Amino acid sequence: MRNSIFSLALNALSGHKHWQPTWRDAEPRAAYDVIIIGGGGHGLATAHYLAKIYGITNVAVLEKSWIGSGNVGRNTTIVRSNYLLPGNIPFYELSMKLWEGLEQDLNYNAMVSQRGVLNLFHSDGQRDGYVRRGNAMRLHGVDAELLDQAAVRKLYPFLDFDHARFPIQGGLLQKRGGTVRHDAVAWGYAKTASARGVDIVQNCEVRGFIVEDGQVVGVETSRGSIRAGKVGMAVAGASSQVAAMAGLKLPIESHVLQAFVSEGLKPLIPGVITFGAGHFYISQSDKGGLVFGGDIDGYNSYAQRGNLPVVEDVCEGGMALMPMIGRLRLLRSWGGLMDMSMDGSPIIDRTPISGLYLNAGWCYGGFKATPASGLSFAHLLATDTAHETAKAYRLDRFATGHMLDEKGQGAQPNLH
Amino acid sequence: MRIDCPFCGSREIVEFSYLGDAGVQRPAPDAGSVFTDYVYLRDNVAGRHREYWYHGSGCHSWLVVERDTRSHEIFSVDYAHRETVR
Repeated sequence: MRNSIFSLALNALSGHKHWQPTWRDAEPRAAYDVIIIGGGGHGLATAHYLAKIYGITNVAVLEKSWIGSGNVGRNTTIVRSNYLLPGNIPFYELSMKLWEGLEQDLNYNAMVSQRGVLNLFHSDGQRDGYVRRGNAMRLHGVDAELLDQAAVRKLYPFLDFDHARFPIQGGLLQKRGGTVRHDAVAWGYAKTASARGVDIVQNCEVRGFIVEDGQVVGVETSRGSIRAGKVGMAVAGASSQVAAMAGLKLPIESHVLQAFVSEGLKPLIPGVITFGAGHFYISQSDKGGLVFGGDIDGYNSYAQRGNLPVVEDVCEGGMALMPMIGRLRLLRSWGGLMDMSMDGSPIIDRTPISGLYLNAGWCYGGFKATPASGLSFAHLLATDTAHETAKAYRLDRFATGHMLDEKGQGAQPNLH
Repeated sequence: MRIDCPFCGSREIVEFSYLGDAGVQRPAPDAGSVFTDYVYLRDNVAGRHREYWYHGSGCHSWLVVERDTRSHEIFSVDYAHRETVR
């Protein structure tokens, strides 16, 4: 049944006893046209667009745990397209446009909320940087608005404008940015992919690749061998480990990023705000908790938990920005594994091994990219050519020197 | 996480900066494309990882730390240059 006000009323009248599972928990079959490793946001989105746009429905999504158990359920839910480089802006703007139509496309409430993303600046140099970024965005047809201090004051009067070290001079606002209910993104994509015939197989860990004549023709899993015409990897966080099974070494390090939720509050912070003098971003969930985060811990980690100095650093950033949150209690904190690439940008490309395709290196910006990543990866898997907006995300760019380094940090993954 | 610096003793992680995998070897100057692998490709192991840390807020030593990337347990800490004499 389609989700609508009528289906909701009907189910309410019958005591909510007749809801059907949103998607089908499939048993793996012996062979598929396409196997996608990883039942996270990107993997499920890829399956959705493969089925919907490219008509390829003989597809399996293999997830080692339960779907959405990784970073799609661990992020701070922010979506935006305020990038600087020409290789990035069209891609993230495509993603933004797909977010805007996502709920209608999926017939699923993902709580897409375009509440605005404001990046604050605290110095003349930073203002110039944001002017440049805003201009780059507008040249690509993306909305961007430079606010002076008075305009930011009107929007968020509770910020510490006259902070002795980091006075707020203004900010770059993307009104179309905002937040999306992250779990619902996984469930929504799973729903539509499953309805079109995609098999979503949980508790099915890939343990190796079946290679014949130098070509990947399937995978060995904890639930047996499964053959496939093409295999796509969307396992950010564990990309290096899965790629190693095929003998590939990637320009990626796995790092831990922590995130935090406070106790529930009445509506306090209407939009998404980022601090420019440190690394701190915050929004308020519809449940009332303040959701915030900061930098990655900065060392290789597969632990899914971080250390206390970063907790302190993030909280200091919050206190410098809005001292009113000082007496709030922290409800939860957690860590997720980031595929930190060598230039801070992702990879959506074929690999040197025929039949194996790679979607990796999302650093800590993967959630906002979910729809465009799924669409581009589906395009690559279906047509063997890069999607128009994802042409820069080549695996060989590190060898050819066509890096996409938004921050200009060089080959130092923990600094991106 | 604390690192047991061989010169300063056990210190809080904030005193150190991280550089990364200590296993990569700089190739000869005329090695050609091998340099790409050296600069960009990493094993990124889940398990015991030998890595460089710099004790910037302490003795300024470069250290090689062997640490489990799954648990953050540290097994050994040594000077990066064996010839370092204190």
